Amino acid sequence: MADMSGGAAGAGGAPGGTAAGSAAHAAPAAGAEQAAPAAPAITYREAVSEALARELRRDPAVVCLGEDIGRAGGVFKTTAGLFDEFGPSRIWDTPISEQAILGLAMGAAMTGMRPVAEIMFSDFFAVCWDYLANEIPKMRYMTGGQVTVPLVVRTANGGGLGFGAQHSQAVENWALAIPGLKVVAPSTPADVIGLMASAVRSDDPVVFFEHKGLFASKGPGAPPGHVVPLGQASVARAGTDVTVVGLAATVPMALAAADRLAAEGVSAEVVDLRCLIPLDMASVLESVRKTSRLLIVEENPYQGGWGGTVASIVADEGFELLDAPIRRVAAACVPLPFADALEDEVIPTVEKVLTAARALLAY
Amino acid sequence: MTTTGLAGSAIGAGELLGLYERMAVIRRTEKAAHDLFLAGLVKGTTHLAAGHEAVAVGASAALRPDDYVFATYRGHHHAIARGATPEECLAELMSRATGVCKAKGGSMHLTKASAGMLGSYAIVGAHLPLAAGAAWSAKLRGSGQVAVAFFGDGATNIGAFHEALNIAAVWALPVLFVCENNLYMEYTPIGSVTAVANPAADRAPAYAIPAELIDGNDVVVVTEAVSRAAERARSGGGPTVIEARTYRHFGHSRTDPATYRPADEVAEWLRRDPLDIARGRLAEMGVAPEQVAEADERAARLVAEAVAAAKAAPAPDPREAFTDVWADGGSAWRT
Repeated sequence: MADMSGGAAGAGGAPGGTAAGSAAHAAPAAGAEQAAPAAPAITYREAVSEALARELRRDPAVVCLGEDIGRAGGVFKTTAGLFDEFGPSRIWDTPISEQAILGLAMGAAMTGMRPVAEIMFSDFFAVCWDYLANEIPKMRYMTGGQVTVPLVVRTANGGGLGFGAQHSQAVENWALAIPGLKVVAPSTPADVIGLMASAVRSDDPVVFFEHKGLFASKGPGAPPGHVVPLGQASVARAGTDVTVVGLAATVPMALAAADRLAAEGVSAEVVDLRCLIPLDMASVLESVRKTSRLLIVEENPYQGGWGGTVASIVADEGFELLDAPIRRVAAACVPLPFADALEDEVIPTVEKVLTAARALLAY
Repeated sequence: MTTTGLAGSAIGAGELLGLYERMAVIRRTEKAAHDLFLAGLVKGTTHLAAGHEAVAVGASAALRPDDYVFATYRGHHHAIARGATPEECLAELMSRATGVCKAKGGSMHLTKASAGMLGSYAIVGAHLPLAAGAAWSAKLRGSGQVAVAFFGDGATNIGAFHEALNIAAVWALPVLFVCENNLYMEYTPIGSVTAVANPAADRAPAYAIPAELIDGNDVVVVTEAVSRAAERARSGGGPTVIEARTYRHFGHSRTDPATYRPADEVAEWLRRDPLDIARGRLAEMGVAPEQVAEADERAARLVAEAVAAAKAAPAPDPREAFTDVWADGGSAWRT
């Protein structure tokens, strides 16, 4: 498969994570909840390898497996440098056998290891869905708690890069639909590191969505020991007039829209869910209590998308907080088309967020 | 097909009598499960393993206590062979709080993790990669353990079988793939849907894995074959495929009278009952018939007591439905 690392700001195969890690070590240790403001900027892509490297250094039970993750450093270069630092006994290149990848990860997790498996594109979940839908999430429950499955499944998710219908989907709603999986989708490099730390250390199985459209984006790195607990949303921008809830790539989209809205005299609050399971509805409801308006921006399709769950809970538990209907901007119910001009028609954009927000404010 | 004579076997009379008794326990447990089903005390479905006892008991005799076993939805025999009690298995089937999986798994998911019996899986073939993963874990930890996946002939035609064999060979994993070939993929003769005569053994060479085709109804043959393969795996020799020919005494599942099987075929296999074969070997070894009868009586008593205890056990607390989803014991999905 071709190198899909793309993006001028990419790591280019350099072990950027390691370099960033060294710099972070020199910074004063912060309270480990928020990235230190002075932390040097790294890309989201570099943050993935840095996050994995930190956990591999910390715990010898952590082991990575996947297609092209070793010597090649991953098709997105998200595992760049790991093979050089940790070697073939920790970083395992697999055949193109997605069922074997997840099956081996599960079997190893049941017997004392903490595997981190990569499924190259989230679209490929469909060829190993048995493991994500039937095996991994049910084992603890079906055995009455006898078996623990501490593993992470990492995957590149989402569109906007012109990979066509079988390499561009946002499928976080697939994972959300399965009881027994924790679901994480970070939007910033620091959150990649902090949430990966929680995911690897979790005794529950975690599906970790890395957004392809964010790999080249930059943000502050994370201080040593940075851990973001699963199930805690963050307020990415405080505001008073409308709540915009996003996840992964729709968070920077919502922030860009909020900038434009500010110029129009509107104060938008952007809530980054960061996880779908556990779902931090307390933070969403608290924000809606303040703004009385809710706009949900999600890249997965409208039908069956995670925004439907968020909306139903707000309708159920926060109805009296609302001054307007809940609106959702989500992908259209068509396969992802190839051409940019067509793809933009289907998935959320800043313009669509602005249009929806303005309509909501005018309600 | 390999047939190993008594001469040269490392299994002594005392050990064989123990294996016989364990097979008798399984046979009686399966009969009890069948009767309890007909009495309306077992809901859902069951896939009984009567006839397959020698595969489970023979393999178990060849393994270390810390080795790992993965079985299918026809897995009662493997749970008991590894040390689950008939009582906790029957209680599970009967939806009792004392079930081996707290009545959350049922017949198709018997698991006894503390005995290395890491589950019964009801999606055909899914557990072969899991066994490879447990073997990979053993290799990473340098523990010297092996993992065994037991599966039916039908599983050899699903993708996970082939993915597991390939990666197990490439990574030289200490895993045994043991096919219980009972000649029927559910209701369909395996030969009519498979391109090769021996569905597991004939595929193994494509993955450079050695294979043995054995008599799965002779507990001594199974013990010896699994011992050889486990020893090879522990010494770094990688995986082995063992195809054990056997036959189920009941239908595929509880509603299946198995009328698709020719009467003469059934009669021939019933003459090759694994308990009869073991009895014959015991007689050859000079074990007194009274000793065998005593083993049968102990097995019968154990299972009768298990049935009584399971019947007397309480139903699960309804609140149990909301435990054991997460490692913290609970099921909360939002904060």
